[in-house]
Amino acid sequence: MSKAILYDATQCIGCKQCEGACAQQNELPYDDKIAAESVQSEHKFTVVLANDDKFMRRLCMHCKEPACASVCPVGALHKTAEGPVVYDVYKCIGCRYCMVACAFSQPKYEWGKLNPRVRKCIMCPDRVKAGRPTACAEICPTGATKFGDREALIADAKDRLRQNPGNYINHIYGLEEVGGTSVLILSAVPVESYGYPASAKLGETPMPDYTFRVLSKIPDFVPLWVLVLGGVYWITHRREEVALAEASEHGGQQGGTK
Amino acid sequence: MKLKLTFWKVIFCLIMAMGLYSVFVRFYYGIGAVSNMSDKFPWGIWIGFDVLCGVMLAAGAFIVTGAVYLLNIQRLHAIARPAVLTAFLGYCLVIVGLMFDLGRPWFIWHQLIYMNPHSVMFEVGFCVMFYTTVLMFEFSTAVLERFNLVTPLKWVKAALIPLVIMGILLSTLHQSSLGTLYLIMPTKLNPFWYSPALPFFFFISAIAVGLAMTIFESSLSSRVFGRQLELPVVVELGGALYVTLWVYALLRFEDYFHRGQLGNILRPSYEAYFLWVELLLALVIPLIILSFRKGRLSGFWLYVASCSTLLGFVTNRLNVSITGFETWAGHHYYPRWTEASITAMIIAMGFFIFSLAVKYLPIFEDEHHAPAPDLPTLELAETPDPLQQSTLVN
Repeated sequence: MSKAILYDATQCIGCKQCEGACAQQNELPYDDKIAAESVQSEHKFTVVLANDDKFMRRLCMHCKEPACASVCPVGALHKTAEGPVVYDVYKCIGCRYCMVACAFSQPKYEWGKLNPRVRKCIMCPDRVKAGRPTACAEICPTGATKFGDREALIADAKDRLRQNPGNYINHIYGLEEVGGTSVLILSAVPVESYGYPASAKLGETPMPDYTFRVLSKIPDFVPLWVLVLGGVYWITHRREEVALAEASEHGGQQGGTK
Repeated sequence: MKLKLTFWKVIFCLIMAMGLYSVFVRFYYGIGAVSNMSDKFPWGIWIGFDVLCGVMLAAGAFIVTGAVYLLNIQRLHAIARPAVLTAFLGYCLVIVGLMFDLGRPWFIWHQLIYMNPHSVMFEVGFCVMFYTTVLMFEFSTAVLERFNLVTPLKWVKAALIPLVIMGILLSTLHQSSLGTLYLIMPTKLNPFWYSPALPFFFFISAIAVGLAMTIFESSLSSRVFGRQLELPVVVELGGALYVTLWVYALLRFEDYFHRGQLGNILRPSYEAYFLWVELLLALVIPLIILSFRKGRLSGFWLYVASCSTLLGFVTNRLNVSITGFETWAGHHYYPRWTEASITAMIIAMGFFIFSLAVKYLPIFEDEHHAPAPDLPTLELAETPDPLQQSTLVN
């Protein structure tokens, strides 16, 4: 069964322990200066954003049908059966199409390195495979970040919405967006105010579908187009042959070609 | 003449020096040090210009070879080889450009072993690779002729028609796929440029640009190399360009109409200014020029129309790849000088190698009509009636 993360922003106290745990898990530097950074980057896969007393995490959404994986020419990114979208650096050629394609702009780049990697939250795939929660969920003191089966988490989120309707916007962000994601967000304020793309704009169509609509026509198009091109060649040159043959048959009588 | 040559030589050396400095920075400190690309703007002019425009500007070959070898329009035979040379050079330079843009260019061959058929980038990469090979064979006839290698020449000529068909097929696929690249970003790309019809727009504009580029090249090389302008040929290309631009304009209009964008594109906004420049250069100016009989038949006006078309569609590609993302990114991207200097170096290399090839290889056919090297060739159109001339030549 596919795993997911449920982040309930109303329970978040902004302690940023998830940031620290994430850095430790991924062997990234973490100090007060980095803790103060409010943007994700090559060395900060998740960030806790603050707005007065309200908080919001940003991290890779781990789409069910990830745009990044579908666009990667060498398949360096892929969705695992357990849920995480992971990155195989040894395949990557550095075209950065994943960064451009991601609707949530999660992949970041090591711009200053000579053999740069794409960096993003990979949802602790080793821990997940071993049946353990992600580093951020494990350390969260309030349970704002919860790890579990996606279906169970959805049921949980729906319960919370039902029991405390006043606390939340009545929407699970990530349930249907771009065909569903493995990170689900509950919030009291619109997620857009923290830089997430609006649900209405994202729609429920998985992003790879936009491309596949065109790409899937290619196998039919190729033989057809070759046939047309070959046919054009055959017709124009056949005409020439016929004209030549007629001209030689009629000798000088008719002169011109048809 | 000698002074002019040295002037261009100095410019060339300056561009190369700046470019080589930037290449050093690129491969010593990384992409971040040489360019203004960032996490907010992962693709800059190296993709927007070097790749998108580079491939588009090299579209002449598949159109001209198709016209000559498939449609059997023998009048255009004279421009087939220059067009193939431009395309072959163009694609080689696109690949050179990619070497700077790719973060790990030394792994570019991974395309061959880790294939992801769902990726448009994979398809583009494969088509570009194969098409460059096809162009190499098509162009090899010039080299083989030059060195009188009769047997291999015979082989290539025997395979010419399949090569031409393959070239057109691959071009159709990847020219349109460069538009398909952007289909996956409906939320990011400005609706002025995001359209489900992007692949069609990219393909049709590649035809227009291929024709315009061939006109531009014929006019320019007639001036630079002191050859006579093949006016009937250029006139014929101009006619095709006129039709193609109308088809494109109509489709763009339909697209804006059906997506309800007609009101928005008329309202002044940051993006609208860029769109207006694009539409003015790519469609309005050339269509006005070509709608006059005099414009369609004059070498000078065809040259102006083709220049305008080229600039317009270069603007279009930059709009799709850069302007269209600025609002979403909340960030204005413009290339750093080192970034631009690498692009400039690639363009300069293109011009340099083209002139070398023309000098040492049989690119242009021997002129069958009387050469008039002293005439300012572009004004040729004004003197005799060009229509009459074209009938004479044929």
